[in-house]
Amino acid sequence: MSSLGERFSGLTKPVTQSLFAIVMGLAIGALLLAVWGYDPLVGFRHLFESAFFTEIGLASTLSYATTLMLVGITFGLGMRAGLFNIGAEGQLMVGALAAVAASTFSLPPGLHLLVGVIFAMLAGALWALPVAILKVKKGVHEVVSTIMLNWIAFYLCLYLVLGPLLKPGTHTSIQIQSSSRFPLLFGTLSAAIFVAILFAIIVYFIMWYTRLGTKIRAVGFDQESAHYMGINPGRAMMIGFIIGGLAAGLAGGALVMGVPPDYAVFTELSNIMGYGFAGIAVALIGRNHPLGMIFSAVFFGGLWSGKRAMQIYAHIPLEIVDIVIGIIVISVAIPELLDIIRRKIKGRSSR
Amino acid sequence: MISLEEIMFVLAVFAFGLSLMAFIDAFRAKIRRKWVLGIILLMSVVVIFYVMQSAGLEVPSLIMISLDAMVPLGLVAIGEVVNERAGTVNIGLEGILLLSSFAAVFGAERSGNWAIGVFVGAVVGVLTGLIHGLISIYAKGDQIISGMGINLFAVGFVAFGIWTTWVPGVHMLSSGLGVPRISTPWGGLSWFIPITIALALVIHFVFYKTTWGVRLRAAGENPGAVDASGVNVFRLRLLACIFGATLAGLAGAFISLDWVGMTTKDLPAGRGFIALACVVFSGLEPISALGAAALFGFCGGLSTWIKATPQLIPIIPPGFDKFIMMIPYIATLVAVTVVIGRRRFPKSVGRPYRREEI
Repeated sequence: MSSLGERFSGLTKPVTQSLFAIVMGLAIGALLLAVWGYDPLVGFRHLFESAFFTEIGLASTLSYATTLMLVGITFGLGMRAGLFNIGAEGQLMVGALAAVAASTFSLPPGLHLLVGVIFAMLAGALWALPVAILKVKKGVHEVVSTIMLNWIAFYLCLYLVLGPLLKPGTHTSIQIQSSSRFPLLFGTLSAAIFVAILFAIIVYFIMWYTRLGTKIRAVGFDQESAHYMGINPGRAMMIGFIIGGLAAGLAGGALVMGVPPDYAVFTELSNIMGYGFAGIAVALIGRNHPLGMIFSAVFFGGLWSGKRAMQIYAHIPLEIVDIVIGIIVISVAIPELLDIIRRKIKGRSSR
Repeated sequence: MISLEEIMFVLAVFAFGLSLMAFIDAFRAKIRRKWVLGIILLMSVVVIFYVMQSAGLEVPSLIMISLDAMVPLGLVAIGEVVNERAGTVNIGLEGILLLSSFAAVFGAERSGNWAIGVFVGAVVGVLTGLIHGLISIYAKGDQIISGMGINLFAVGFVAFGIWTTWVPGVHMLSSGLGVPRISTPWGGLSWFIPITIALALVIHFVFYKTTWGVRLRAAGENPGAVDASGVNVFRLRLLACIFGATLAGLAGAFISLDWVGMTTKDLPAGRGFIALACVVFSGLEPISALGAAALFGFCGGLSTWIKATPQLIPIIPPGFDKFIMMIPYIATLVAVTVVIGRRRFPKSVGRPYRREEI
């Protein structure tokens, strides 16, 4: 039993660090609001009340969490493999459009949903493939290649949604047919969340209970040592990118096949934008652990879902949430921040 | 009947392609005859432009747009070359461009003076560079995560700022507040263009002819040795980081005040990252970084120019303007793929310096 106790005691430090980053984000966000003459307490109260204590809000929180945990996996798995994969944004867009394209087939209900999911996942993986090849074969840093591919994906999807996949006379793409929609659980929450959680658990299993996962983590931990131990770092990174692409593609698919009432992509892509980058924060707060990301996705899903209520009732621009997310990420960059502050306080009191 | 000009055009395009490939190859292999290739490159470009001009296309406007597009890439890339030479990486440049482009418009409109706007933009660069430097050099945090955090913060902050200061979305700069330009027969030429070119030369001189330059380059290669020689590595790196971020701040001010005359939350459109590609492309040489910025700036200018040229609009199939918009991003991807792997980076770039590590 002591081993179980040790396992949990090992969790306290990362959890404290994550919570500290969240507190920093909210505190500095509140400070900025106060400087601009808003009441931060009223704002955050509306945000969290609507996100977690109303039925509609909770449904949308979990619905956002579905997408966010998947794009979180894209980034987090990359970090585990020693990669800074910020391509989820583009891979998600391509996945969403692939799901819309797959929805134009006529297939029986259950199968059609499956085909849509597979299309979305493969499209995401396909968009991740050039990044992987350029990284492994040519040594192109993934930050540059993913950002370029994100922009190329953006314009490609813009072309598709305004051209071949436009629903004539509207401002959206063709709607997903009812045969390839995820069934709804309550409110706007669809069964896609189960698929996302299942995906997270599978990734957890692969990463911690298979040789492949051990290899990927070994490469992320120390590429050189892994290489000397007979592990092929290129292959491990390749797989890291591909699984990430599958996750981001699925996230895009879930976003159009599982989010009522539109079940479509808007012509300016506004309803499929921004998730990929928020996924970075989800992964970092979830400590790049698939199961940790499930929880952090619910937190960030809450921020996304509650920001509208905050804007409506407290008249605070909803962009403050992006500021908070940015500060959370900056705080995560300094894992020793808490120690530094503690040391400073101690030093002062002893003097 | 094929005209002489058409033959010239095809030949020039071939010469351009071949000499560009050879030119890049020359950099790889460090061949001495770079200037011969450079002259062929230049001549083929002149012929291509001449034929385009005689076909009735507005070549001067293409050049002017490309020069404007070169400035932000060049400033950011030169700054980041200095920063990376000293041993720190900043991927938050996109965020700094965004923050300073907003702050510059804010400053200019509040004071009614463009110069104060540019100054405010630079100050935002200084502050962001200071924060990133403190995190990555003194607190020994993760530089990549910190940089990405700056990017995320910037998107939120600028959208929030535009909303609370003016109206949500886009704010156009009030007329008369743009940075004055040098008037030429082909339109206004920005003062930032000669400044950027001069800066590349100055940094090159500093790098290779001054003690400061030697120390700076050594700080990225072997910080322990610099420390042992009695120079404060931490302060040197912090100054380099702030310098790089300040140039990014000026570049942001250029975009909003001098070039497009507006502020939105997606104004840089990936230029911060294209500049990072320029840095990779240049192999951390300031003059090569300027060359890369000119090349990528031309690709960016080309896509803007094609969409604005009346003779070309009917040729483009409906909806295909989206593919033209992809040109700079695809060009960046291709260019980086071609040159990378032959570039040598300072040994301890991206790693915080710790005293015990000597």
